[in-house]
Amino acid sequence: MPRKSKVVTMDQAVAAIRSGDRIMVGSFGNSGYPESLVEAMTASGLKDLTIISNDLGSPGIGLGKFLTNGQVRALIGNYYNWNPEVAQAYNAGQIDVTLVPQGSFAEAIRAAGVGIAAFYTPTAAGTELGKGKETREFNGRSYVLEQAIHADVALVKASKADELGNLVYYKTARNFNPLMAMAATLTIAEVDEVVPVGRLDPECVVTPHLFVNMIINRGAQ
Amino acid sequence: MKEIIPAEQARTRIARRIAREFMERDETLIINLGVGIPTMVANYIQGDSIFIQAENGMMGVGPKADGDSADRRLINAGREPVTETPGCSYFDSAASFGMIRGGHVDATVIGAFEVDEAGSIANWIIPNGRQLGVGGAMDLVSGARQVIVAMRHNGRDGRPKLVRSCSLPVTGFHEADLVVTELGVFRFIDGVMTLTEIAPETDPARLADLTDAAFVTSTGIRTMDT
Repeated sequence: MPRKSKVVTMDQAVAAIRSGDRIMVGSFGNSGYPESLVEAMTASGLKDLTIISNDLGSPGIGLGKFLTNGQVRALIGNYYNWNPEVAQAYNAGQIDVTLVPQGSFAEAIRAAGVGIAAFYTPTAAGTELGKGKETREFNGRSYVLEQAIHADVALVKASKADELGNLVYYKTARNFNPLMAMAATLTIAEVDEVVPVGRLDPECVVTPHLFVNMIINRGAQ
Repeated sequence: MKEIIPAEQARTRIARRIAREFMERDETLIINLGVGIPTMVANYIQGDSIFIQAENGMMGVGPKADGDSADRRLINAGREPVTETPGCSYFDSAASFGMIRGGHVDATVIGAFEVDEAGSIANWIIPNGRQLGVGGAMDLVSGARQVIVAMRHNGRDGRPKLVRSCSLPVTGFHEADLVVTELGVFRFIDGVMTLTEIAPETDPARLADLTDAAFVTSTGIRTMDT
């Protein structure tokens, strides 16, 4: 059977996403997020989204566009002080916000991708963010149980893909992208360049192709 | 309230004192620097055996980048463009916090709203309805081997920041090892907040008036470098 290309058009990618979906988006402070996908999503009629990301950009910028645009029902992440619209919308009862400490957030996404339901971490033990979570002592220290975080769709940004979907990243634009690529039912990777199979050094591949379902090639646009 | 030491001078003094803390250890160190005064510590570190880790996925952070060298895809955890150092590396956020939580980062330097007598730190939120974020603060204070707090001695309104017991939501309990303000250096020795250095502009009695926390004055107290 001939191999089917994973490279899709933006319309095909957006058509695979539904209102109400849980969507992971790679990013750290407007670095390393899939700009074209976010742009196309905000131009779509998708709504009631749960956005799972480190932060939510700035008001009207980057991932902030989802909220400015009224497409968000809930946020799961860890740092929204760069976007004051998040606290405003939360205080007004317009959105749900769940804060998970950044390291626990990263690990919970990794866990979802690798088949681990939950894990114990000392981070947040005894604090407000540990409230309501199971706490257990190991070797005299308190740990809280953090559950894996799954998503319906992961939108990730990589530097290059080959036609199979192997991904390499660029500097600190890597951030949560490789973790999110593993943790969703459908992973769409936006890349700056697609190269033929065999061109990427196998030692340098960060995300092996089995984690990637669709590729948006910005270099071709 | 009249400031004893002007703000910029205070910030510089704190950063330099913490840099000296690292330089005197004369060993390879991996450190993580928070935003504000902690980031300034890097300006006073010399030599090639101290490596700065950024929790957004970089080991070996160099000086800030400006102008043409700034690349928005190469930033520190405060979203500032930075440069690479020879031997630097990149990794995902889970590996980054694995380094922190796993005890592989020798020290973290952080700012704080309050530190109390028990070494508990409040630095993640002032519940005023305008903030909604924790970032890596809780992971850093519970994971780094040494937690160094860099902060002004008093708030803008004169309110002491070294307190008997934190009134703001706590980031981590019993985690502070060292607190450096512009007026003194406090070490937690066997769990007791101990003044080991004091600024030349003040004395232990006057400092106690500016401090809510009860502290012990070390018998070997020295004058703090200015």
